[in-house]
Amino acid sequence: MGVADRWKHLHKALSKSGPFSDPDWIPGEETIKSLEESKILVIGAGGLGCEILKNLALSGFKDIHVIDMDTIDISNLNRQFLFRQSDIGKPKAEVAAAFVEKRVKGVKITPFVGKIQDKDEDYYMQFKIIVCGLDSIEARRWINSTLVGMVDMDNPESLKPLIDGGTEGFKGQARVILPSLTSCIECQLDMHAPRPAVPLCTIATIPRQPQHCIEWAHQIAWQDKRKDDAFDSDDMEHIGWVYNAALERAKEFNISGVTFQMAQGVVKNIIPAIASTNAVIAAATTSEALKIATSCNPFLENYMMYAGEEGVYTYTFEAEKKPDCPVCGSLARKITVNADATLGEFIETLGERPEAQLKKPSLRTEEKTLYQRFPPQLEEQTRDNLKLKLRDLIVTGQEVAVSDPAYTIDFRFQLIFG
Amino acid sequence: MLKIWSMQQQAENAEGAAGKKKKKVTAAQLRVQRDLQELTLGSTMKMSFPDKDDILNFTLTIEPDEGMYKGGSFHFTFAVNQNFPHDPPKVKCTQKIYHPNIDLEGNVCLNILREDWKPVLNLNAVIVGMQFLFLEPNASDPLNKEAAEDLRQNREVFKRNIRSSMGGGSVRGVQFDKVLR
Repeated sequence: MGVADRWKHLHKALSKSGPFSDPDWIPGEETIKSLEESKILVIGAGGLGCEILKNLALSGFKDIHVIDMDTIDISNLNRQFLFRQSDIGKPKAEVAAAFVEKRVKGVKITPFVGKIQDKDEDYYMQFKIIVCGLDSIEARRWINSTLVGMVDMDNPESLKPLIDGGTEGFKGQARVILPSLTSCIECQLDMHAPRPAVPLCTIATIPRQPQHCIEWAHQIAWQDKRKDDAFDSDDMEHIGWVYNAALERAKEFNISGVTFQMAQGVVKNIIPAIASTNAVIAAATTSEALKIATSCNPFLENYMMYAGEEGVYTYTFEAEKKPDCPVCGSLARKITVNADATLGEFIETLGERPEAQLKKPSLRTEEKTLYQRFPPQLEEQTRDNLKLKLRDLIVTGQEVAVSDPAYTIDFRFQLIFG
Repeated sequence: MLKIWSMQQQAENAEGAAGKKKKKVTAAQLRVQRDLQELTLGSTMKMSFPDKDDILNFTLTIEPDEGMYKGGSFHFTFAVNQNFPHDPPKVKCTQKIYHPNIDLEGNVCLNILREDWKPVLNLNAVIVGMQFLFLEPNASDPLNKEAAEDLRQNREVFKRNIRSSMGGGSVRGVQFDKVLR
């Protein structure tokens, strides 16, 4: 396909208004230019990430960044199509970036090999849109709270739309989050079904399935026999030990079906990834990115679920913002304080401030418990802080989180020394 | 959203280093701060924090004032991770005790610590559940099979075994920690 042909359809879509496009939208050159200049970040270069990177590059994004901390494993090759046998052991972000750059001329992909937590707000501030293809809830919660925390009402640029894709076997979801404006990942936390767990007593006493035997070897036998070794699910010797222990236990209870692969799956909590699910979800996230970056059509509001076990089913709904969400329920409010006031005096002013009126607050920073009213042991341990000056406890600009039993929501304040 | 962007052409970086935010209190910390404040400990439970600034790791001491374990003092470590409340807290008994639902390694079989955990549950629910284990040990969810068997077969023998184990004696050849107050 010629280079000019490749963009023909995209440019057509971006040069004509459609029935759903915003009446204020101006199709044409300017829109195409703004798409090409949109710096976009992809978090994760695994099953979803490979698809997303390929799709974004083919949708006309020209400045793409990608973060992933992992290296390529042989088991990735069946669906993570940007990787080849000879890439095993190399960082996913780098190999994926190089592959897509080579195949789609004119696109620049900047890889970063590391954790999302290694980067700070300045880094995330440079992007227009962030797309996640992650498998961990913890990482999602981190990026979500970071993006919500970056929102500065006086600076519209600080609002970074977050498009989150996720898959598990035949199921998946895509969602669009406008940090602080719409329902965030933390608001929706209880929608994630916790991983199904078997009661510990079943594992310990009456195993019925091969998986129970593996869980027993992993959780009970390991502790009993190899307490001093920290279990590492990537260490083949450790998996092998668990497998053999499980095999013996299975024999004892007349259970068949324990395999090495199953041991690895249970221990690492692997749910087989389905390439087509990844493709469907990645397509959904990238089309949202294209719509948000160009305004050519209204974007998803705000949650699309997909179920492919029996047929192909999707359902879209608007998840609501939780008023008492610990992340987006209350944005950090800046307040000016006297650095020489004691913590006790500051707490008193919290009761007087019209925006707070807190009666029995407990307070902390990320690294310090400033004052905790209950339980009594911790109250006693933190009581002395009340007499200390603020300047001896925190630095200017630091965030303090406040909980008060009188309120269902928590408060965050950014204390600025006046 | 694009309207917001197009309004603003140049990014405002004026705030610079001075306005840079420090590390934010994590959602897990905030939730634990709230949960701690809402605990009802009563006279039978105490908590201690080896590092007062780390509220995600602490110990709980239960001293039952009724039931078969009356007079004992039982210590548990709580480890809450950054994925709380999606993940339940990890709870372990630090002593070797004779209890049908607690094994010799200190693992605890309590439904809400594992299969029935939900993010809407809080630390108070866990603590109430733990207290209940000492008032009503149950033989149907055994983690210490021998103890469960004793409870099922002969309640009086079971009670006697508890007393001797709590005093630091041994039951069926297993030596237990002295946990009497």
